[in-house]
Amino acid sequence: MLEKAFIGERKYWILVACLLGIMGVGFIMWLWQFRVGLGITGMSRDVSWGFYIGQFTYLVGVAAAGVMVVLPYYIHHYKAFGRITVLAEFMAIGAVSMCLLFILVDLGNPVRAINVILHPTPNSILFWDMIVLNGYLFLNVFIGWNVLTAERKGSPPPGWIKPFIYLSIPWAISIHTVTAFLYAGLPGRGFWLTAVMAPRFLASAFCAGPALLILLCVIVRKTTKFDPGKEQIQTLGSIVTYALILNVFLFVCELFTVFYSQIPGHMHHFHYLFFGHEGHGNHLIPLMWFAFACMTAAIILLVPSVTRRNEGILTVACVLVLIGTWIDKGLGLVVGGFVPNPLGKITEYWPTVPEALITLGVWATGFLIISLLYKVATSVKVEVGAGEA
Amino acid sequence: MGVNRRKFLKIAGISTLGAAAVPAANALAMNPIEWLDKQLGGFTPSEILLHMGHKPTGLKSREALTAKRWAMVVNVRQLDEEIAEACREICHKIHNVPHIKNPKHEIKWIWAEHYEHALPGQYHEHIDENLKKLPFLVMCNHCFNAPCCRVCPTKATFKRKDGIVLMDMHRCIGCRFCMAACPFGARSFNWIVPWPRAEDGKFEGKEPPSPEFPTRSKGVVEKCNFCAERLAKGQIPACVEAAQELCKKKGREPALVFGDLEDPDSEVRQVLRSHYAIRRKPELGSKPNVYYIV
Repeated sequence: MLEKAFIGERKYWILVACLLGIMGVGFIMWLWQFRVGLGITGMSRDVSWGFYIGQFTYLVGVAAAGVMVVLPYYIHHYKAFGRITVLAEFMAIGAVSMCLLFILVDLGNPVRAINVILHPTPNSILFWDMIVLNGYLFLNVFIGWNVLTAERKGSPPPGWIKPFIYLSIPWAISIHTVTAFLYAGLPGRGFWLTAVMAPRFLASAFCAGPALLILLCVIVRKTTKFDPGKEQIQTLGSIVTYALILNVFLFVCELFTVFYSQIPGHMHHFHYLFFGHEGHGNHLIPLMWFAFACMTAAIILLVPSVTRRNEGILTVACVLVLIGTWIDKGLGLVVGGFVPNPLGKITEYWPTVPEALITLGVWATGFLIISLLYKVATSVKVEVGAGEA
Repeated sequence: MGVNRRKFLKIAGISTLGAAAVPAANALAMNPIEWLDKQLGGFTPSEILLHMGHKPTGLKSREALTAKRWAMVVNVRQLDEEIAEACREICHKIHNVPHIKNPKHEIKWIWAEHYEHALPGQYHEHIDENLKKLPFLVMCNHCFNAPCCRVCPTKATFKRKDGIVLMDMHRCIGCRFCMAACPFGARSFNWIVPWPRAEDGKFEGKEPPSPEFPTRSKGVVEKCNFCAERLAKGQIPACVEAAQELCKKKGREPALVFGDLEDPDSEVRQVLRSHYAIRRKPELGSKPNVYYIV
């Protein structure tokens, strides 16, 4: 089946070549980082996690969102999603691969990464995150590949795969819950020390993931002979709408607790991100406002069914959702937690050029994986005559 | 009848629970929370877990200083800029802490902060002006319930039986989870190569000042080790020694005191009895082993 990834038109190969090019640049930058140290990034003694961990956190959400397609299909027998479960699972594979790569590029000693397995430490949440992420990667590769193979043979998926599919549903929830627990259990970081962290992570995941899937579906329809289907995209649109509203609602809950209680250790981070600490501006303020403007605009576009049912507007709204949640989670969440530092001091953070290029390289790797897998999936779908919706 | 039945079930339930570990009579005498608390010796499960994985303290020479729980008391009013700087200098020298100009990449084991940053929750504007200017020496608190050890995915940072939180520089993967977990900003990461070497293995530029103490590689986290290497040789921490010498010269009470917190006759216990001392961020429950007299 994999051979289908190697048969394609000129456009497909141009895409693959571009992604490989970006990966190459990222890899060279990473070699430099490997030699010189993480000092080539914008991170510091005070802001000790940055862009890499932000992307990791964001993409765990995108990966987890595969469950929003798998669950309605396998549990509620919502037949329409049968057409796109493989697309959701393959997107999850790309996203989890990026997560693992972002952890690797963030390590000061990547060659020692295996220590996490050699010296298993159950009291560390990072140990559990390693387990759930690798497990989720395995589940999606295993399920996606087997289901697609069965579809190609024109037979229903083998019965023994069902338990794995059911397992993948709570497993998807677990990857983002455990990732939220990385942050939500640290005593001295008021910005993260909130029980609403895991629910908020899930809500933002369940809007960002399906939003990306909608965009991928639209691209697949335009570039291949496989149509993921109008109904499918519309249902995903409804999921994005609910999850987005929930995400903003949970954020407002957080704002209430923080600002009504007036506890400085919790408030200062929000001050820093949205107004600037003690009146000192920073790069993040306009971005944070922009992020929430994007999410608000997306809600306005998505709630009325007239606009949501218009696929063009839906696509625009999905782009807004992706930008908004990406700034919020991929940048604000991590940096905001570190500033002010435990001593109440401000150290600014902004990614450097090599850091951004390494980040781009990892994204390109993920999208290459998604492109190859989607090529296989769509070719199989067309081959078995399931091209038209 | 209904009440009797309920009562019976309740007793039956509790005795079944109790039978697993202690005699039923014993379990019935106290409520389950009390019982669990007694089993855990009054510690939280996290504290129990942290102290279960103790590593051996290594071969002890006859002259080694030992304790059940090492602690330090900082008497801030006895400090001045000169003493604080002497402490920082000797510590960074004997531990080969590099001097890096870029504050973002700085490595610090012990350093001076102002009151408002050392004790941010306990600051108010009407504090004595002199106190506001005093150098608060801050370092790793060697917390009894250390959050850094709780989060480390490889046990590269761990708690020794005598309370000292140490780093295994050969195991650290550089994930920096401990830095996010530390509520005191006590940990530094080697963002760059601290002591660069040329191709032939010789140090480029400055040489590390202390040949007896290992230098670190890039990509690992480091922090104050309460001078574990000196304790093994029967010496008190270098900062304490330096501060006490200078204080003696200036005719002051010792600004830094070091000793066994579990020995009622130790110097730290005596000082804690005669002065009112506080710890940084006690509300977080990490139970620092460094005390401050203000």
